[in-house]
Amino acid sequence: MKRPKSIGSIKAFEESLPGAPPEAHYSLRLFITGTTPRCVRAIKNIRAICEDNLPGRYELEVIDIYQHPEQAKPEQIVVTPTLVKKLPLPHRRMIGDLSDNERVLAGLDIIPVSGPVKLTGSGHGS
Amino acid sequence: MRSAKSKITKPKTLLGGIPKCPTGIHGLDEITLGGIPRGRPTLVCGGAGCGKTLLGMEFLVRGATEFDEPGVCLSFEETAAELASNVASLGFDLNALIASKKLSIDHIYLERSLIEETGEYDLEGLFVRLGHAVDSIGAKRVLLDSVEALFAGLENQSILRAELRRLFRWLKDRNLTTIVTGERGQGTLTRHGLEEYLSDCVILLDHEVTETVLTRRLRVVKYRGSTHGMNEYPFLIESDGISVLPVTSMELKYTASTARVSTGVPALDKMFGGAGYFRGSSILVSGTAGTGKTSLTAHFVNAGCARGERCVFFSFEESAEQIMRNMRSIGIDLNRWVEKGLLHFHCVRPTTFGLEMHLLKIHKVIKEFDPSIVVVDPLTGLLHAGTAFETRSILLRLVDFLKEKQISAFLTTLSSGSDAQEQTEIDISSLVDAWLLLRDIESGGERNRGIYILKARGVAHSNQIREFILTNHGVELREVYLGEEGMLTGSARVMQEAKDASSAMAGRQEIERKQLLLKRKRMVLDAQIAALQLDLATEEQESQQLIAQEKLKVTKWERDRGDMADSRSVNQGPPGDGGRAMKVNGGRK
Repeated sequence: MKRPKSIGSIKAFEESLPGAPPEAHYSLRLFITGTTPRCVRAIKNIRAICEDNLPGRYELEVIDIYQHPEQAKPEQIVVTPTLVKKLPLPHRRMIGDLSDNERVLAGLDIIPVSGPVKLTGSGHGS
Repeated sequence: MRSAKSKITKPKTLLGGIPKCPTGIHGLDEITLGGIPRGRPTLVCGGAGCGKTLLGMEFLVRGATEFDEPGVCLSFEETAAELASNVASLGFDLNALIASKKLSIDHIYLERSLIEETGEYDLEGLFVRLGHAVDSIGAKRVLLDSVEALFAGLENQSILRAELRRLFRWLKDRNLTTIVTGERGQGTLTRHGLEEYLSDCVILLDHEVTETVLTRRLRVVKYRGSTHGMNEYPFLIESDGISVLPVTSMELKYTASTARVSTGVPALDKMFGGAGYFRGSSILVSGTAGTGKTSLTAHFVNAGCARGERCVFFSFEESAEQIMRNMRSIGIDLNRWVEKGLLHFHCVRPTTFGLEMHLLKIHKVIKEFDPSIVVVDPLTGLLHAGTAFETRSILLRLVDFLKEKQISAFLTTLSSGSDAQEQTEIDISSLVDAWLLLRDIESGGERNRGIYILKARGVAHSNQIREFILTNHGVELREVYLGEEGMLTGSARVMQEAKDASSAMAGRQEIERKQLLLKRKRMVLDAQIAALQLDLATEEQESQQLIAQEKLKVTKWERDRGDMADSRSVNQGPPGDGGRAMKVNGGRK
């Protein structure tokens, strides 16, 4: 294991954080089960977040595991809806209908560029 | 192929129980009277390392190989590869089964640190995967091992519980017989309270170390809709899977044979009232150290093998070689039977395994070899492997098992040599059908052995003590002498025998002498009679002669008289020449 090199300033520290470089390309996969209200919400929410924060540099693939059950195993899908961040590394997963804005952004390693995005929730998220 | 057998016939009041799914696990189907409930989930819980996963895997594997019911395993803790290598030691080849579509293993993995919970969710993914796996091979059996891992992975417990309830309902609807494993909690059956949702059948596994020996136990805590064995049953994980020790038949229903089996010592057979003891019963031989129990055992075995019967010799103290060598000194060659394949030795130190393992091994050996005679020498060796209570219970089951199979058993125990010789240390005298006691008889500075039959159910046995002697032609029994001081054995008996022999001889000689005397007398008398008879004959002869002479005389005299009378009458006739003519006539008549 490499010893981390010593950090001189705050800026250097911020730069060394494993955050996403500003112009990274995002590859996301959303696993849903049909058209339940929860899944519909999830799709809406992730679309909104991506449009607002990653315009033009994301690709979102929506997979319905009812249609494609064989996809569930390789991706280790247990819970739905699940959002899997394939790129940039590291892999992350988010489960739920993605109505908790802060957590989704944190999970995607995105620092919000605009103010709080108006998201449709089921009354549970923030 | 092992099929589940229900040993108890259903009582007539039942309208038909719930359908059961045979697990194929040796002994478990007997306890549950047919298997676990079909189409319903069964909870198997226990501490770490109890064997829950193994039980579940064996359920699936046997289902696939013996009952043609493919199975799906959802493993939450181990990967497919890990599972495969874990159960390889039981002889289950998971990869082959997966390849032939009899088994499907899905590893469900939830790493809490990599997940963000961002709202409401459900476990539909799990359902999809399970459904997909079930449909792809047409599975009828499912193993969930262990669902409680989900509790560690997901924050929202209420969603999780709701989904689990839904899962079990889903499994029931699909009529899938499921085993769910759960880890034992403190004071509860499972750590997260799964037993709320799984109340159809609950099996509890346990392992405990008592006096340095590990015993695994299984108990059917609950079985809705069916009777079941309610006790704790020990089980073993052996090289071919789990074996729950077979329950002894709950009713005492053995057939009783009237055929007799020789003990190998003709005099002993006679003590049993004829040709030996009944086939299929158990004979116990007890005695202190060095009284010859093993020798008697060897006779039994020898006689059995000579009749062509298969025999297994379980020894807890000596090796096979040693026993055979020792028996050669009394003229019994056991080696030839081993070579013929009729005799099998199984020698194990009792401390090697726990008691249950011993019983299991015994069962296995008997099953494989299929003998008609079983010998255990000595039973008390088993005491080293457990407490007296446990040993007794093991022996009870062993004797039961042998009875059921109609195997004649010859068992030896070591008595402690105290006065209570008639109470064996593990007190199994009430379990066996016949009991021979070998006793030391001390008298006149020596120690000899005596044997007598304490009990023999069903035969009129001799109640006398016989002296038990080991010669180089084998065991011999001799009549014991009852002299004025009591029983005489050993050299005192020999002396007495000699004395008796000599007095017998003296008596015989006396008789002979008398007979000779009588003969002589007779001869003498005969001679006398002969002499007298001779005299008589001679006298008779003389008398006869005299009589004949007299008769002659009389006849002559009468004739003369007649002549004279004639001559007189001739003279008185015409005168003439009377004188001269008569003389002439008279002379001629």
